[in-house]
Amino acid sequence: MKKKIAIIDYGLGNVLSAQQSFNKVIKEYNLSASTTITKDPNLIDSSTHVVLPGQGAFKSCMSGLEKVSGMVDSLEKFALKNKKPFLGICVGMQLLAIDSEENGKHLGLGWIKGHIKKMPTKKLKMPHMGWNEVIPKLKTKSRLDFKKSDYYFVHSYYFECDDEKNILAHTNYGINFASIVFKENIYGVQFHPEKSSDQGLGLIKSFISL
Amino acid sequence: MLKTRIIPCLDVKDGRVVKGINFLDLVDAGDPVKQATYYSQNGADEICFLDISASLENRKTMIDVVSKTAEEVFIPMTVGGGVSSIENIRSLLKAGADKISINSAAIKDELFIKKSSEHFGSQCIVVAVDAKKIGSNWIVFSHGGTVNTNINALKWLENIQKLGAGEVLLTSMDRDGTKSGFDLDLLKAATNILDIPVIASGGIGTKEHFFEGVSYGGASALLAASVFHFNEFSINDIKNFLLKKNIKVRINE
Repeated sequence: MKKKIAIIDYGLGNVLSAQQSFNKVIKEYNLSASTTITKDPNLIDSSTHVVLPGQGAFKSCMSGLEKVSGMVDSLEKFALKNKKPFLGICVGMQLLAIDSEENGKHLGLGWIKGHIKKMPTKKLKMPHMGWNEVIPKLKTKSRLDFKKSDYYFVHSYYFECDDEKNILAHTNYGINFASIVFKENIYGVQFHPEKSSDQGLGLIKSFISL
Repeated sequence: MLKTRIIPCLDVKDGRVVKGINFLDLVDAGDPVKQATYYSQNGADEICFLDISASLENRKTMIDVVSKTAEEVFIPMTVGGGVSSIENIRSLLKAGADKISINSAAIKDELFIKKSSEHFGSQCIVVAVDAKKIGSNWIVFSHGGTVNTNINALKWLENIQKLGAGEVLLTSMDRDGTKSGFDLDLLKAATNILDIPVIASGGIGTKEHFFEGVSYGGASALLAASVFHFNEFSINDIKNFLLKKNIKVRINE
């Protein structure tokens, strides 16, 4: 079956970079898949995979998403009811949490139990920007395959999971934080796989295969 | 642990790389996409394009360079040179750039930093600062280091952080092109007062200079141009050197 990957465009996040990285993987491995950048909730239903990028502040991303009429409902149907593969990137990952403390308290999608908190600085430079090691947890029920390697991060807030079992990988910057979260078919990555060279493309390839 | 980044910088004029890698027959030394691809496959942690086109008209070719590079290169890409409006930034980001470096336009109107970081997020706004030591102070120079602004560089650095810059690209005009190493006192002063990451530039001639920039200067990233282009050493040479000195870097597997 041909995979149909929808990349959600709600005005925040580098959708083009996400699309180009997916297209590169599709071409390189000759996969039967196609990508579309869309803001049409009706297209979500007919997609097999959804990617939610996100950049900037949590609040502007969440309200940007809510402003697209019918989008949150469509995404919930896609990910929670139909349980199809969903990938949130950077702030797109953070939106999966219950809420965020970035510039006041703001509600997120609440699909994965946890809260977005500010990274403790401990004299470290902020944002946490650059390549850092993503260390997979040994035993999980996840089917997403990725390499223990360095991936590219840019963020000052992190996902604090309520339940340890939703953590798929962690990274250290002053503290150990969840760099990949998951729950069944729903995945969120704090780093940018689309900017993380071959290992990033490898993760994308595995996501497409889900 | 977070790795120290090594960033090759490519000067682009009218859509062509000036002083590109000239040691590989396979690589067209003038083709920005091929150059960027080569570097990304050979250890670069990011790519930086600096547009040095003289006219506004010729700068438009940069959009094309950026979008073609973004199709082939999957590491972060910073673009700078003559960026002076929100519209400039938007079109470069839309073409696939990840970060935009601004310099003279920020000096002309410091609120440009605030506006652009509020608009696009701090993470994609890099402010480039060219500083030169005059007497006992470092002074900011604009327009490619040709115009003395009489602005104290350390005060300016604090200011741009407050205005929302996500990162600083700091160049010592005294050292740029001399291959005598970074101005470590300037670099150390800057990294001490700033919470945001500093990319050090200007003066690299030896591997030791990279090490000093991190260990003594406190830089988060090191940017160089000619030492890479003329193959005096490769990015991986530097990374292996830094690793031996216990500086964490990303090694290609």
